[in-house]
Amino acid sequence: MNRQVLLIEDEPNIIEAISFILSRDGWQVKTHSNGRDAVDVVRARRPDLVILDVMLPGRSGFDILTDIRNSDDLAATPVLMLTARGQRKDRELAEQGGVNRYMTKPFSNSEMLSAVRELVGT
Amino acid sequence: MLNLLVAVCLTYVVFLFVVAFAADRAARRGRGAWLRSPLIYTLSLSIYCTAWTFYGAVGFAARSGLEYLTIYLGPTLVMIGWWWTLRKMVRIGRSQRITSIADMISSRYGKSNTLAVCVTLLAVIGTTPYIALQLQSVTLSFAAFSSEDRLTGAGNLQLTALYVALGLTAFTILFGTRNLDANERHHGVVIAIALEAVVKLFALLAVGIYVVWGLGDGLTHMIERIDASKLAEFEVSGSRWVGLTMLSAAAFLCLPRMFQVLVVENQDEGHLRTAAWAFPLYVMLISLFVVPIAVAGLDLLPSGANPDLFVLNLPLMAGQEGLAILSFLGGFSSATSMVIVTAIAMSTMVSNHIVMPIWLKVTGGTAVMSGDMRNVALLARRMSIGGVILLGYLYFRLSGAGTALAAIGLVSFAGVAQFLPALMGGLFWRGATRLGAMAGLGVGFALWLYTLFLPSFGAGVILPVDVMENGFLGLSWLRPQALFGADGMDPLVHAVMWSILLNTAAFCAVSIITFPKPVERLQGAQFVNVFEHSRTAGSWSGGLAQSEDLLIMAQRIMGSDEAQTLFAQAARAQGLSGYLPEPSPDFLEALERKLSGSVGAATAHAMISQIVGRATVSVEDLLAVADETAQIMEYSNQLEAKSAEQARTARQLREANEKMTQLSVQKDGFLSQVSHELRTPMTSIRAFSEILRDHDGLRPGDQQKYATIIHDESLRLTRLLDDLLDLSVLENGQVELNVQHGTLAETLDRAVAAAGGAPGPLRITRDRAAENVALRTDVHRLAQVFINLIANARKYCDAADPALEIRVVLQGRDVIVDFVDNGSGIALADHALIFEKFSRLGETKAGGAGLGLAICREIIQRLGGSISYLPGQGGAAFRVQLPHAM
Repeated sequence: MNRQVLLIEDEPNIIEAISFILSRDGWQVKTHSNGRDAVDVVRARRPDLVILDVMLPGRSGFDILTDIRNSDDLAATPVLMLTARGQRKDRELAEQGGVNRYMTKPFSNSEMLSAVRELVGT
Repeated sequence: MLNLLVAVCLTYVVFLFVVAFAADRAARRGRGAWLRSPLIYTLSLSIYCTAWTFYGAVGFAARSGLEYLTIYLGPTLVMIGWWWTLRKMVRIGRSQRITSIADMISSRYGKSNTLAVCVTLLAVIGTTPYIALQLQSVTLSFAAFSSEDRLTGAGNLQLTALYVALGLTAFTILFGTRNLDANERHHGVVIAIALEAVVKLFALLAVGIYVVWGLGDGLTHMIERIDASKLAEFEVSGSRWVGLTMLSAAAFLCLPRMFQVLVVENQDEGHLRTAAWAFPLYVMLISLFVVPIAVAGLDLLPSGANPDLFVLNLPLMAGQEGLAILSFLGGFSSATSMVIVTAIAMSTMVSNHIVMPIWLKVTGGTAVMSGDMRNVALLARRMSIGGVILLGYLYFRLSGAGTALAAIGLVSFAGVAQFLPALMGGLFWRGATRLGAMAGLGVGFALWLYTLFLPSFGAGVILPVDVMENGFLGLSWLRPQALFGADGMDPLVHAVMWSILLNTAAFCAVSIITFPKPVERLQGAQFVNVFEHSRTAGSWSGGLAQSEDLLIMAQRIMGSDEAQTLFAQAARAQGLSGYLPEPSPDFLEALERKLSGSVGAATAHAMISQIVGRATVSVEDLLAVADETAQIMEYSNQLEAKSAEQARTARQLREANEKMTQLSVQKDGFLSQVSHELRTPMTSIRAFSEILRDHDGLRPGDQQKYATIIHDESLRLTRLLDDLLDLSVLENGQVELNVQHGTLAETLDRAVAAAGGAPGPLRITRDRAAENVALRTDVHRLAQVFINLIANARKYCDAADPALEIRVVLQGRDVIVDFVDNGSGIALADHALIFEKFSRLGETKAGGAGLGLAICREIIQRLGGSISYLPGQGGAAFRVQLPHAM
């Protein structure tokens, strides 16, 4: 079974890098690059894991996380959050929002991979 | 003969003027310690002995035997037996700055002005007959010298009385109201009185000696004649003796003029010690020859002769004109000194307790207190003096000048004696209350009016004969001279008994059932325990109560904090702790100066002398007036302004704080943004470099692609750091401008070349003719702005066929350069944001950190121009406005 990861990120180069790393590991990577309709895309895709950037055009990653956790059908979806700001305040905000894993950019590829594996529970 | 008399009178009066004037001057220059000697004090007390004493005592003796002695017995008993009571009164009078008996009573009962008004009115009513008595005696003695009716003393006296009244008014005003200053004593007046005391004693002794040794055959013979005369046959009525002695004792304490010399004019408590034996001695001397003169008069003069004029008529009859004139001068002295002091005392009371409060009430509500209040007070006193003497004159005219002198005097005595219960109760009983005092005074005076004063005019004059005989409304127990069935009593004793008895009863009863106000309790304690509270009374010293009053007043004017600081400093300077310094002259001067700044010198002086010195008006009145003064209004305006200023400062502080917070938030946001902008390219670089490192067998195309990404992102990082440094330099104003001459066309050429070098479909339209504008500016920096704007158009213009038009317009001194593209433009809501740092709109594409326009704005501002978004141009439009080189 090909497990699916939904990557919500607006930097083209980062999208390319993560897509490369995960697909090489056998993951099916879907991408989306704005915040406004991100929750709808999650609902439509039903991914095994959501990788969510914090600073997205249109809507903040924190708001998207809150929506996911508050909707019955999506609440159980694991979410891995990425941020380039790296302040403690952001981490606290994410943890309050119910994030499963929180990573600061830049990350190492292997770290990313093991986090994804762990979260989906293979 | 009459002309000679007038001349002697005038000479005597001029002499008095000179003495009074000299004494005043000496006192003002600080010389004349003898003026303040116990002897002078004792002699001044002799105003107790008025014309009534001089003429009337002999008349009294001729009519009632030794009874006249009661009039002297009372004061003698007071001076000797009640020495400590007098000392208490004097101590209180000095420590409380008492100005009159009305002031004393009102002060004791909570500084109640109502009470002061009552006492004043009653004193006016009580003393008016007495003044009339003096006028009568002077006019009678004048008449005695005129040839016709010599012995009876009848005749047209009114004109004489009027002249005498006018003369006395002038003298009193001149020496009694020279100065309002609270602590000034009337040295001139006191010395004049003392002199008159000597004159009258000398005159009476001279007449007595002449009668005994000149007319008669010496002392032994005289005693025989006294034994033989009907004087020895008068039965002494016990009740009348006791009554009269008590009455004169009470009057000695309560008469306004006695209070004036005894308490107000007192220089030193110690003088009382001398007066305690010297005054009884004086009284004894003056009464020594009363009986011989009376007996000789009865013997030698015709039976119809007026006994009140024996003193004058005996020498006249014997042809001793010189002695007669001396005797006349003695009587004249007695009368004038009494009228002068009474007028001073009464005028103080009337002006302080009636005129000034009314004046303040009338003017205080409408007019601003600007004038000097002291002038008003002086005028009030002068008019009061005139008024008091005028009243006496009117009474003299009304009462028909026929009544015996002693009778009029006793009516007065009984009237003022009504003050006694309230006065003594106030000195010794802390439970005495204001309402009690008012009740006692009211009852006592009503009874006095009804049983003694009104009947004294004679039945049918004021009180109808019917009321006199059958009682008010026909009720026999209300008969004025037989109240409650007390029939057959002497009318005077009857009146004194009932009025004093019921006065005291009412005073005690009401005092017991009412509760004193705080001020009354405070004052009560100060009065009753004056020896514990006060130090030896000094000239300016007062209790802490005065300091407290001063503090309360100062606080109302200066504001609490400032006043308390001032007082605390003064207290420390005096070596005291707390907020209440002794009201020393230094401190009072300092305070007055301080207050002058707020309320003006005149008002400040009046306010302080009000509290520390003798009262001109009540504190409450002054404060009420002061509250309405323009200065205070102004002061409160200043306070308001100050508090507004404080509010402004607080607001500024709040704003500054908000700004700091905002700046701190902005700084946080900026760092967070920088972090994001740096980490994003680094993420790509790290990820792809790891991919290149860890994954073998990448397709060559991918390998190439990933290396290019790393390269591009590295460049992006460099650009970002450049921009950040540039912005930082610009914002800190550290940038150095390299000002050069150039043209707009050249600068735009360079910018288009730099920005347009990149491949892209952007079409640029220019108006070369208009661009020929001379510039004197940093052309490199200006080009940097243009490059940014062109690059933005290239990056963000979303038209299918992107085009940029550069328009140049000259407007006044400014060159305006517009960059307008044909894209969809920027939403209105974002217009304000685009020049802020990191404000990227819409989806980010690789390359921009959102610092470009922020840098443009900083540069243009440095160059003295402005950059703004120009709405309504179809696409995105930026306007650069620059001053152009002239």
